This record gives sequence, structure tokens and C-alpha cells, in this order.
Amino acid sequence: MRFAYEISHLLAGVMLVTSFALLYQQRIASVLMAFAAQSITLSLAVAWAAWSEHRPDLFITAAIAFTLKGVVIPVALHRTVTRLGVHREVEKVVGVGMALIVGLALSGLSQALVVKLAKAMPGLAREELALAMAIVLLGFLMMIVRRNAVTQIVGFMSMENGLILAATGARGMPLVVEVSVAFSVLIALFVFAVFVFRIRERFDTIDIEALDRMRGDRQ
Amino acid sequence: MIEAYQAVVLLPYAAALVLAALPGYRAGAVGNVLAAAATFAAGLWLLFDRRTIGNYAIVDEFNVVFVAINTLVGFTTALFSASYIGHEIETGRLSPGFLRFYHAMFQAMMGSMNLALVANNIGLMWVGLELATLITVVMVGLYRTPQAIEAAWKYFILASVGISLAFFGTILVYLAGQPVLGEGLPSMTWSLLQAAAVRMDPALLDLAFIFLLIGYGTKVGLAPLHAWLPDAHAEGPTPISAVLSGLLLNVALYALLRFKMVMAAQPAALDPGPIMVVMGLVSLIFAAFMLYQRRDIKRFFAYSSIEHMGLMVFAFGMGGPLANFAGLLHMAMHSLTKSSIFFAVGHVAQAKGTQRFADIRGLSVTHPRLSVVFALAVLAIAGLPPFGVFTSEFLILTTTFARAPWLALLPAFGLLVGFGALLLRLQDTIFGEPIGPAHRVDASSVPIVLHLLLVLGAGLYLPPVLVSWFQRAAELLG
Repeated sequence: MRFAYEISHLLAGVMLVTSFALLYQQRIASVLMAFAAQSITLSLAVAWAAWSEHRPDLFITAAIAFTLKGVVIPVALHRTVTRLGVHREVEKVVGVGMALIVGLALSGLSQALVVKLAKAMPGLAREELALAMAIVLLGFLMMIVRRNAVTQIVGFMSMENGLILAATGARGMPLVVEVSVAFSVLIALFVFAVFVFRIRERFDTIDIEALDRMRGDRQ
Repeated sequence: MIEAYQAVVLLPYAAALVLAALPGYRAGAVGNVLAAAATFAAGLWLLFDRRTIGNYAIVDEFNVVFVAINTLVGFTTALFSASYIGHEIETGRLSPGFLRFYHAMFQAMMGSMNLALVANNIGLMWVGLELATLITVVMVGLYRTPQAIEAAWKYFILASVGISLAFFGTILVYLAGQPVLGEGLPSMTWSLLQAAAVRMDPALLDLAFIFLLIGYGTKVGLAPLHAWLPDAHAEGPTPISAVLSGLLLNVALYALLRFKMVMAAQPAALDPGPIMVVMGLVSLIFAAFMLYQRRDIKRFFAYSSIEHMGLMVFAFGMGGPLANFAGLLHMAMHSLTKSSIFFAVGHVAQAKGTQRFADIRGLSVTHPRLSVVFALAVLAIAGLPPFGVFTSEFLILTTTFARAPWLALLPAFGLLVGFGALLLRLQDTIFGEPIGPAHRVDASSVPIVLHLLLVLGAGLYLPPVLVSWFQRAAELLG
């Protein structure tokens, strides 16, 4: 039991590290690489939980996370970015150093909050929740400090990775993991179908700044 | 045998499938109205049906009020949309194919909202609310103008963040419930969670509520999280603006109130009341001041929705039977009035071919009938007697005054500021010097008049049946 926890803990820790990696990348291609690494680690963590806790339905979640978020979406996004041929660099609202400091503070905060709060929970499950919460907050941070449409989507999907990790950690939560994966897939399809192409079609860029000029109030 | 609570969810979903397959936009519009009418009938049936608490569905005094308003406004919006949307085809803003998609999506959205309302499961409720939100995101981007895409993108990003945070909160509630109720379904069931909340870890519930408040609060449009709301209202088709303001905000508020009930059952946990009072007041006063700077008519009324949602959250935050009663009444009145305003705004925008205040002037000269209806709707939302909004606002202010006299000054101040902005805009649009084109208006004014009559009726005389319903619902809220 102890060993099983250590492994899932380790995997969750690796996911947190990739969350930080997402924040300091300079090129969109490497952002996508870091995201793929995070998703694959997530699928490993979920598969490990499925095996060690005898919850075979979680294998489906792991498989979906691996194929879609680990392979299909990063590859598709990468091809889109290459084809558009614009803005290969990550556009930042705040610098890398600042983003990392805030990220560290957020991780510390979630650790402190969860450890202090959840007395009712077993120690190691608590740690995992703290890690998941840190991943969610870092994804949130990425959506705030990066302004390009692709990096915002990646930030959002990284947030979702944290959510799936938390849902996996919540033992016996019915159907929720499946639902959340279904949602992230839906959202990803949605993004591709509606936005990336249409924003490109209208603005010749996927920079959100271009959108901001289109606000109805500034005419 | 099908139950009423199943009918309000399944009817719209079935209609969505049929409408997606139906060729011809006129048939689609008729089908949409018929389906919405059938759902409204089911909603009324639910109102008089017995109350049940099952594994997946809950029917109590609290949510039947929401379902009834939801299905009624859904029906009148379908009526309005049928007469309005033909114009969009003529002006070439929409193609018949998109209209088929629009009708199917409208029904799917109604079904999802009803699902969120009758679900006795925090996961199912989340799914319903999120589906409804994602559908409205697609609808907001329906015109595919740069502005519409910008609005949809902003809505999508903020709503997704809301979705994620609310989901994290849901997981935390499950984790709080799990040691008490055991693994699996019971720890996600509303009624059981509420009953067992006393034995749950208060600290974990606190953390969960913070996430839920931010997550669902984004959907309610509470002040620091409201940025998506004006754009989404301004750029989407007008019937969608009416449904957004009149219904979707309510469903999000409903979710928040359900979690408040769970929190209230655990005395050691944080009291959601003061937080909601503060957030409500900030939204109310902030939106009231923002009203003065708006140049777009739909954006203007979107800010007015933020103002009124703020007032409701304030009332529910105050708590107690009277404030809850007033909050629920205000919610019903605001839904009816604000959707009728958006219907009227749709007419105005068709008449003048623009949404800019600067180009909408002198309606009383060019469109006398429309100007009277529009003026009455705006006066109703401004809170003038004898309309029902006055009754509910008066109740909220007096009950606050009785309990915390100084606190009552703040919402009163916010409402006065908002009132000024409404009158200022009304003055120009109705009595200004007419400029610009004046097109004929084809859309039907029946839904507007119907809503205004209901609001007026509620203002003059609230039937005892209705009062006792609202009272029982308010008691459940605690």
C-alpha cells in the first residue's frame, strides 16, 4: 500500500514539474512538448491507480488521456502552428522569472492549504490532492500570463490534467473521471473546429491581442 | 410511466434531435415553439406534481420554482425567436443551415438547464450546467463577425476556467462526503450530502465552497468575474441574450444556493452569507456605475443584469425567510422583465438597424407602439411601481433595513445609481431627435406584453398560492 502511494506520488510530482516547465518555455513547439509529457505522465498515474487499486474502469481514462492529450492534440496543434507560420514564439504578459515565482507561491499555497485543512483525510491522499491543486492553479496562471490562443488552450488543458489527477485520487467517485475526460475532448474539438481556424480566417493571427481590438465598446 | 421531472429534461433533448433533422427553417421555428410549449406544460405539471427525492433526481419546493420560470421563459423566447429570426435570414446574417443548427441547439440548451435544475447529484448538475454553457458559447459566435468571435472566445475562456474550478470544488465536496457517506454515488447526492453535512470535515467544505463560489460565480456574472457577460450578450442573437440573462444566470445561482444549503447544515464551516453579501454588493454598485459609459444597447442591459444578479446574491447572502423570499421573487421578476427587455431590444435593433445608442433616438416618433412597450419594460426593470420588480426590491431593502440599517444604504445607493442611468438612456432613445433609418418591425410583440403583464400582475397582487410556494422555497433555503 505504502509503495503504491509512493509511485502515484512520484508521478504526480513529475506532473507538477512539467507544469513549471510549461511556464518557462520560449517556443510554442516546446510548450506543446511539455504538455504532451504532462499528459503522458497523467495517463501513467491514472493507469497506476487503476492497477494498484483494482479499478479497471480507470484504464479507459488513462487510454483516452494518452492518445488524445498525449499524442493527437499536441500533434494537431503543432501542425496548425506550423501551417499558420505565425508567432512561433511564446508571447508573454509577464516575464519567465516572475511567472515562476508566482507559480512557486501558488504551489506552496496549495500545499499549505490542503495539509492544514484536510485533517479527515489519510496523509498521502492529502498530498496528492495538494499536488493536483497546484497543477490546476499553475494551469490557471499560464492562461493569465500567456496571451497567444494556443498557449491559453494548453494552459486550460493542463488545468484539466490537474482535475483528472484529483478525481482519480478521490476514491470511488462515480463516472466523474470519464465525464471530465469526455469534456476535455469535447472542448478540444470545439476549439479546433470553431476558434483556431476561424480566428485565423478573420485576423491572420492567433494572437489574442488582435481580438481585443474587436471589442464592441471601443469603436 | 414517465415522470414530470423526466419530461422536462427528455422532451427538449428529443426535440433537439428532431429539429436537427428537420429541413426548412420555418418548420424548424414552428417545431421549436411546439417543443418549448410542451416543455412548459411539463414544467407546470411538475409544479403540481408530488415532491420526490430519488437517486438521480430531486423535486422539491425550491427547484420547481426555477423549473417553472425556466420553461415559461423558454417558451416565450421560442415564440419571439420564431418571429424574429426570419429577419436575420432576409438580411443575410444567417443561412437556413445555421438556423436549423440554432433551433436544435436551443432545445439542447433548455434540456441541459432543466437537467441541472432537477439533478440530485452534484456531478450531474455540473454536467447540465456546463453543457448549457458550452452551447451558449457556440450560439454567441453564431454570426461569425470578428466581434462575435471575440465575444465567444472570451466567454469560452472564462467559462472554461469556471467549469474547471467548479469541478475541483465538486471533487472536494465528494472528498468531504466520502468518509461519512461512503464511496460512490451517495457522496455525490444532494439530499444525502445536506443531511450528513454536520458530520463532514468543516475545513474541507470551506475549501470546496471557495472553489465553487469562484467557479459558479463566474457563470452568475459576479463582479470581478463578469468580463465575459457583456460581450456574450451583445454579440449573440437576441433570443440567446434573453435566455442568457433570464435563465442561465439563474441556473448558476441555483447551483451556488444548493451548495450554500450544504454549508449551512454544518455550523462549524464558514458562513457563506457575508461573502455573498460582499460579492453581491460589489457587483451591484460596480455594474450600476458601468451603466453610464455603455454605448451599445445590449451591452447596457447586460450590465443591468449583473446589477440585478448582485442584488439577488446580496439578498440570499442576508438569508432568513424574508430575504430569501424577496430574493426568489426578485429572481422571477428579473427573469421575466429582462427577457422582455431583450425581446424589445431585438425589435429596436431591427427597426434602426444598429445596436448603438447614438443611432437609436426618437423612437416615439418613428415607432410609437414599440416605444411604449420598450419604455414600460425599462421602467419595470428600473424598479418603478406598480411593477413586480419594485415589490421585490422594496422587500429586499426593507428586510435589510430592519436587520442592519446601515447596510441597507449600499444596495439602495446602487439601485439609485442604476435607476439614473436607465432613465438617462430611456430619455434619449424615446424622445431624442430621430435620426438614421427606420425599418418596419416584423417580430411579434406578444411575448413582451405577456411578460410585462405577468410582472405587472405580480406587482399589483401576488396570489396566495404563489406566495406560499415562494415561502416554502425560502424556508428550504434557510
